[in-house]
Order: sequence, then C-alpha cells, then structure tokens
Amino acid sequence: MADHLIVKVENLSKGFNGTPVLDKISLNVNEGENLVVFGRSGTGKSVLLKCIIGLMIPEGGSISVFGVDVLKIPLKKLNVIRKNIGFLFQGAALYDSMTVRQNLEFPLRRNFHFKPEEIEFKIQRTLELVSLSDAIDKMPSELSGGMKKRIGLARAIITEPKLMLYDEPTTGLDPITSKEISELIINLQKHLKMTSIAVTHDLTCAKIIADRAIFLKDAKVAYEGSIEELTSSKDKFLINFFSYDLIKES
Amino acid sequence: MHIPSLKYGNKLTSSEKIYNFFTTISGLSIFTAEFFKQVFKPPFEIAEIKKHMNELGVKTFPIVSITGLIIGLVLTMQSQPIMQKFGAADFLPGMVSVSVVRELGPVITALIFAGRVSSGIGAELGSMRVTEQIDAMEVSAINPFKYLVVTRVIATTLILPLLTIYVIIIAICGSYAAVIIIENMNFEYYRASVVGALEFGDLIPGVAKTFVFGFIVGIVGAYKGYTTEGGTEGVGRASTTSVVLASLLILIFDTILVKITLWLWPTI
Repeated sequence: MADHLIVKVENLSKGFNGTPVLDKISLNVNEGENLVVFGRSGTGKSVLLKCIIGLMIPEGGSISVFGVDVLKIPLKKLNVIRKNIGFLFQGAALYDSMTVRQNLEFPLRRNFHFKPEEIEFKIQRTLELVSLSDAIDKMPSELSGGMKKRIGLARAIITEPKLMLYDEPTTGLDPITSKEISELIINLQKHLKMTSIAVTHDLTCAKIIADRAIFLKDAKVAYEGSIEELTSSKDKFLINFFSYDLIKES
Repeated sequence: MHIPSLKYGNKLTSSEKIYNFFTTISGLSIFTAEFFKQVFKPPFEIAEIKKHMNELGVKTFPIVSITGLIIGLVLTMQSQPIMQKFGAADFLPGMVSVSVVRELGPVITALIFAGRVSSGIGAELGSMRVTEQIDAMEVSAINPFKYLVVTRVIATTLILPLLTIYVIIIAICGSYAAVIIIENMNFEYYRASVVGALEFGDLIPGVAKTFVFGFIVGIVGAYKGYTTEGGTEGVGRASTTSVVLASLLILIFDTILVKITLWLWPTI
C-alpha cells in the first residue's frame, strides 16, 4: 500500500518555548482516505496540519506528501506540492480587501494559466457546489460565519487539490450549520475524489466525514481507529471526551 | 527568512527591553535584506504597486496640503518680526523657501506620511497575519512577502518624493499668503526673492532623501505588521510601534544624510 500513501509522517516533533506539542508522532494517510484528528485544545492538532503544509518547521522527523519529503525541498518545489493541497483555515482566512469573486480567482490567476472564461466558469461552478452563487460580489465582512466557511472551502477546492486539510471546519458554527458544512465536505470529497485530514473537536462532523480517526494526547498519538471504535472504547479519558458530544447528539 | 520574536508583557525587565531593542534592529535588518533579495525577482506586480501608490499616496494629499500651507504661513509669520528687527525683512521669502526646500518640507512630510501610512500598513498586515490571511496566501503557493511587502515598500518609496515636492510648492504659496497679509508684498518681488535665494542644488538633496524616508515608512510598517503576534492586541501594538520606529528612523537618517550632503558638497 506504500505507493498509495498520500501523507506519511514519521517521528514528527515540534515544541514551543521548550514544551513539546508533538513528540515523535507518526501517521499515514492513504489515497482517498479521510482521516480525522481529535484532541483537546492545545494538543498540537493545528500544528500538525501546519507542519504538513510547510507553514511550521518541525524540530525533528520527516513529512512526506505525494512521496516527497517536504522538509528537504526548497520553497519553489514546496510550492509545486502546495498547488495540489487545499487548506481550510479555522477562521476561513478570506482576504478582507477582496470580494468573494476575487478571493476565488486569486489562486487561479496567480498559479495557473486559465483563460478568463475558464476562470469565470470555475468560480460559478464552485460557488454552486457550496450553494452560495448569490454571494459572488459580496465582501467577506458582509458574510455570516457559516458563509465564510463555505467560501473558504470554495477557495480551497477551486484548484481541485488532491489533498485537503481542514482546520476545525465547524468551530464556532451552530449545530445545524455544522452538520451542513460536514455534509458539504463529504459530498465535495466524493465529487472531487480527494484525500483529507481534518482537525476537529466536533464528533458529529467526524462521524460524517471520517474513515479513520486518531486522538492526540500528551503530544503523542494516544488512540487510533474508526469513529465507532473510539466512541465505544472503555477508556475513561475517551468516555469523558466524547460524553459531551454524545449528550449533545442525544 | 527567520525573524526573531520580541518579548511581550506588562512588566518587562531591563534586560528584556534591551533584548527587544537589539531584536528589533536585527529583525528589521533581516526583513530589509529579504526585500532587496526579492525586489528584483519577477513577477513585478506593477498593478499592485499602482494600487498602493493611489491608496497610500493620493489619499494623503489632503493632510499634507494643510500641513504644507500651515508650515509656510506660520514660518513666515514667526520669522517676520525677527527679520524686520535686523533690517532683513526683504530676505524673508528667500529664508522661508530655503528652509522649506532643504529641511522642513521633506522631514515634516515624511513624519506626517509615517503617521498615516506606516501605521496603516502595520495595522493592515498585522490584521492579515492574525487572521491567517498571510498563511492562506503562503499555502496557495503565492509569495506573500512579494505580494504584500515589496509592493507597498516600492509604492511608499516612489510616492513620498512627489508628495514632498507638492508640499514644498504649497508651503511657498502659504508663505506668500502670509507675506501679503503682513507686508502686502508684490508677487513679482516675492517670486524674484524666492528664485534668487533657491538654487537647483537645494532641491536635489532635499528631495533625494525623501526616497530614503519613503522606504523607511514602508519597510517599518510592513515589518511590524508582517511579524505581528498576539491577536488584536498585537495589531494595535504593530500600528503604534510602526509610527514611533519610522519617525525615529526618519530623524536619525535625516541627520546622517544632512551630514553626508555637507561632506560631499560643502558649498551647499
């Protein structure tokens, strides 16, 4: 299966001010797989994603994306890899000074050589996928939290990446919008045949999108398995962690 | 590019303040070196530079117009009694124009520009940093330093000399207005007095140094904004410290550049 690995992390270590956040963690993500990363706040989930995409430099270990060790290549080659990765930020990170249209066309104009009509077609089609065609000329400040997440998602997938990284895709949203975003994510993944890693606290979201999950605790991968395996575990810590979400769901 | 982080807190010790001072100098130096590394590499982002020249420069015209007018008026009104006392009232237009062209015009325009633009760049880039917009550019394989920093610094470097020339003209007009109020001086006499006092050599060093001031305003604002840490509080800090550091560096570099000018052209 090694040739189908999209992401391979080995012995990754990263700390801040002497405190280890990730301590020699290893994980693999296969082609087409949706991996969910659980963990309490501050356990290094977002740091893991940022190391994978090269926004943070780890202190040790190796990260291979599409078979290339991203820690050993120059920025120019890393950018070639990045063009095949989509990243949904926790706060959507839409460019404040640009309209929705400009946000979406920005990566297309800068990194690819599409004709103007092709760009327009891609923008319209992607906005239809996230059900926000009407928002095309709005500024980010005119959008609600859920709409921002959808546009952030649209911007991330408009280049049709092979790998998607989601940083807390449903944080700060009401349960109904959370569920809608989660369903949108899984539909888009099926439609675009992407591999993904999603960092979340939200069990409802994880249940919808995950093929497999890992749980980070004390800077290590403490648990690994399917969502059903983790939620039905007899481990006291996992029971405590998931009980809040289970009560919410019931 | 790795830029060292500053230490923050309500009660910093003396050693931490000294650490922050040297860290700022080294950070700004690394940032400036990165600018020169990237400025000659394509893409040159001409459209972005034009956009920033419009936003950062053209919108500064109202405030610098008022400033220029007041410099000319006040300087003339303040100097007139003293000049008259020494029987040198006829030299008033020449004295004011030389002061404005050589020193007051460039430095005051640069300080006003720093107050408006450096803080604006610091706040804008700082806000983009804390809301992960800069990270979003980076993960989209777009060079945020080139797109956000280089374009703004080029824009400020190019627009400040133009603003300075404009302020000098407005200040001389303000001075003429004051002369009319005080002495009812004939325009031809005023013009002849100004032209007689000024030499082309006065304008060159005065305007040339504003390229350096414009660069300082852009690079300091961009450095403070681009390296913002600590959420919205950090954005406020970036905005404030940009103005303080840019103003300080403008005054320090003004002293150095005046000294260099006098050393190179002692007759000026």
